[in-house]
Amino acid sequence: MIRVHLTRHLFSFFPQLDGRVLEVQAETAAGVVEALEALAPGIRFYLCDELGRLRTHVNLFIGTRMLKDRRALTDPVAPGDAVHILQALSGG
Amino acid sequence: MASRLLLGTRKGTFIVERVGGTWRPRLSGHGGAGSNYVAKDPYTGRLWALLGHGHWGAKLSHSDDDGATWVDATAQIAYPAGARYIAQDMYEDATSDFGVGWRISTKAATLAKLWVIAFGPGGSVYVGTIPGGLFISRDGGGSFALNRALWDHESRGGDLSAGDANAETKWFGTPASEGGDFAPGIHSIAVDPRDPNRVLLAVSTAGVIETTDGGASWRSRNKGMVLDHTPEPEAEWGHDTHAIDLCAGAPDHVWQQNHNGVYYSADGAATWRKVSAPTSGVHFGFPVAADGHDGRTAWLLPGHSDQKRMAIDGGLFVARTEDGGDNWTPLRAGLPQEHAYDVVYRHALAQQDGVVAFGSTTGNLYVSEDRGDHWTAVAHNLPPIYSVRFG
Repeated sequence: MIRVHLTRHLFSFFPQLDGRVLEVQAETAAGVVEALEALAPGIRFYLCDELGRLRTHVNLFIGTRMLKDRRALTDPVAPGDAVHILQALSGG
Repeated sequence: MASRLLLGTRKGTFIVERVGGTWRPRLSGHGGAGSNYVAKDPYTGRLWALLGHGHWGAKLSHSDDDGATWVDATAQIAYPAGARYIAQDMYEDATSDFGVGWRISTKAATLAKLWVIAFGPGGSVYVGTIPGGLFISRDGGGSFALNRALWDHESRGGDLSAGDANAETKWFGTPASEGGDFAPGIHSIAVDPRDPNRVLLAVSTAGVIETTDGGASWRSRNKGMVLDHTPEPEAEWGHDTHAIDLCAGAPDHVWQQNHNGVYYSADGAATWRKVSAPTSGVHFGFPVAADGHDGRTAWLLPGHSDQKRMAIDGGLFVARTEDGGDNWTPLRAGLPQEHAYDVVYRHALAQQDGVVAFGSTTGNLYVSEDRGDHWTAVAHNLPPIYSVRFG
């Protein structure tokens, strides 16, 4: 299973995810987003645009490594990985 | 008397109600999020808010309990696969004498901003967006589709879904999107109360566009408008219309605040006449509100100029005409006449039955209950105000 950690900001839009241990089965980062969409319909369009690209100001980490393929999210994930999704902080 | 205002602001959606003779604002929802435009569908009673979340993109939200609770619309606005447009971007170019180049490319469209929503009978809902797509619902907002006749219009280079453009676009951009992308935006939608198949749009930067067949075909409506700053002043396209509003009771009377002045049409936008009065300060600005009954009456919020987008000489005033723009009356009673730098955005002025209201980027909200003769400050510390609508 993949353990997913979301920024608290997303819980204001998807309160059904707040307080839950989010564990999903997936082989890629895209698969993680799909699994989240099944749990919280609409969240995919918060994280990705119409073309499936990770939004410009969203970051996704697999372990401590930042996602490489922002266009199609093909980076692999493996059982035991932790995935963090949060807004890109750029100062201020 | 009109007694409720809906406000979109940089920090959420507000409702302002007249209670015991006093207008009282309260945060209705979306606290912390950008709310570009808030309006009520008069046919269903549903409230709609067009949000810009920054990190998380643009979202449609609605309320079926008069603003007590808001939810994301099940059907969100999204550009379909294959929707492409001709983009114009400046880029660094060391080989150029100027250090920059101008790149024309065909780009896949993604939603950059939800900018305006309008309603028609029979479940019609219209949403104007950046980069220039008009989305239409015929089921009250249950589903939306990109209007392809306008998206593929010859003025934008035709149908680009099959490949790169071999034509040019005559639509230019606005930097008003959330991320600052320079792309066209539809900001005004006026449905003719006599005939819902007739709709006027205004685009930054293309001008005024009309359909008379429910969106199956579109044509420019820019005759009489003059581009002050280009080599082809009377071009069919490329006009920088900031806002249009038509008189609901006499829809052939249409008003326009343009980058290059104020225009009025008495023939349904077929021809426009410039009615600026620069010596009275009436020339530059963003919003315009047409009276609901008398087509010759309208209100404006004049600003100094393109170069100085602020109140004129520190004094805020509304300008009103009652004779089709031949004469303008400055209305200052109750408005600050020194140290005012307010700018009023294109959607932030509204009128209904003699009540006129506007909000500024400085967070000031003013209401007049006598057609603008006297003004009352309702709030001074709201977030920057993007839209003011009755509903």
